[in-house]
Amino acid sequence: MAEKIKLIDENGIRTDGRKPDELRPIKLEVGVLSNADGSAYIEQGKNKILAAVYGPKEVHPRHLALPDRAILRCRYHMAPFSVQERKSPAPSRRETELSKVIREALEPAIFLERFPRTSIDLFIEVLQADGGTRAAGVTVASLALADAGLPMRDLVVACAAGKVDGYIVLDLNDIEDKEGMADVPVAYMPSIDAVGLLQMDGQLTPEEFEEAFNLALEGCRRIYELQKQSLKAKYLAIKESVEEAVEEK
Amino acid sequence: MPVFFENRDIVTPGDLLAEGNFEAGRNTYRVDSKIYACKLGLVEYKGRIVNVVALNTFYIPSVGDLVIGKIVEVNLHGWNVDINSPYLATLRASEAFNKPYKPQKNELSEILDIGDLVQAKIIAFDRTRNPLLTIREPGLGKITHGQIVKVSPAKIPRIIGRKGSMISILKKETHCNITVGQNGLIHISGRNAEDERIAVLAIKKIELEAHTSGLTDRVTEMIIKERGVK
Repeated sequence: MAEKIKLIDENGIRTDGRKPDELRPIKLEVGVLSNADGSAYIEQGKNKILAAVYGPKEVHPRHLALPDRAILRCRYHMAPFSVQERKSPAPSRRETELSKVIREALEPAIFLERFPRTSIDLFIEVLQADGGTRAAGVTVASLALADAGLPMRDLVVACAAGKVDGYIVLDLNDIEDKEGMADVPVAYMPSIDAVGLLQMDGQLTPEEFEEAFNLALEGCRRIYELQKQSLKAKYLAIKESVEEAVEEK
Repeated sequence: MPVFFENRDIVTPGDLLAEGNFEAGRNTYRVDSKIYACKLGLVEYKGRIVNVVALNTFYIPSVGDLVIGKIVEVNLHGWNVDINSPYLATLRASEAFNKPYKPQKNELSEILDIGDLVQAKIIAFDRTRNPLLTIREPGLGKITHGQIVKVSPAKIPRIIGRKGSMISILKKETHCNITVGQNGLIHISGRNAEDERIAVLAIKKIELEAHTSGLTDRVTEMIIKERGVK
């Protein structure tokens, strides 16, 4: 086996120059697609993900409709060009599973019972992947849902923490995810203090797990603030430009 | 009884708006004594009631609403109408006849065909069944001329204004007949294309700037300016 790559140097700095508890730079944009009812785009480090929401609308095929609530259908998909080696565009086992866990992380946040017999269709398209796409996918999907005007209990935000070279670190990138020792993605609703997704890949002691979990929650809270800003940005910009025009007169 | 925002601040889903002896109004929900926002919008404290005026919504039918819809299907006993909502509406054939309707004698597509637009009122809707429409009132029925503008249903109250202030200004200044469907479709018919063009521009402006103050004055100003250009 080849020599193990050093992921954290002697000063505690990671391969991309981050400190252990530092997030990758995040750019969020809301309302990027004109034909979707709601949409959002995220860049988290080298991750680039689009989310689109259609609905609520009539369910097709009809027999899937539920008499007491809306159904949420989620498709997480990676573009063939999103990774180093071309990925087959057909949904893989992994994508089907991620679609399910993302759906289950988002479902409790939406007031589905208010729209019986309808469906809400959510599409998450990974254009470029660099580790932690399920977390970034949840973050961007909840923005798209809010943009569609769906009533929600809270925005859902997700972030991963893990263990790399013996250190507990926040927001793992692709190499850290693959070469590291453990990965704990968490989806969280900060205002109502509820966790919607919690997975663990690798091995951690109970103490390490607790540390990683708390670090991931801290990361979630930081991303949550960015989410809120990005939702408001479009409307604040209009408001400011109008107020400026008035002042000029 | 603390309040965590100021009136007309923009809030996002999950924001804690107030705690204590408050009532959850529109687009908010309550857990114990805490009131949270459930949509992106402007917060509004009205005494004990906390409301959020949503910035974007879709149309949920409500009995008594005037809507503008498009015929999408003609079947034996009536029409299915797309009213820009998650639920498809039904218009019964008997609505269009004064005498009893006989499927073997009357051809429904001669009265309303696929693609036709209708003004209608919702007479029944609940969680279990799709909305039912009527066109048996003056002013309702097939739309034969004019233009349709589509806006977000969230902006309809702003286009109408407080006690119809905005819509009456629009009608007066543009000399157009404007019918506002609660589902976000607006029918404009004027004497000429120029009047209609200005009315469309004004409505688009209201939609874009719905959450700002002093909008009525700016809309009036814009209409006068547009007329000057011609």
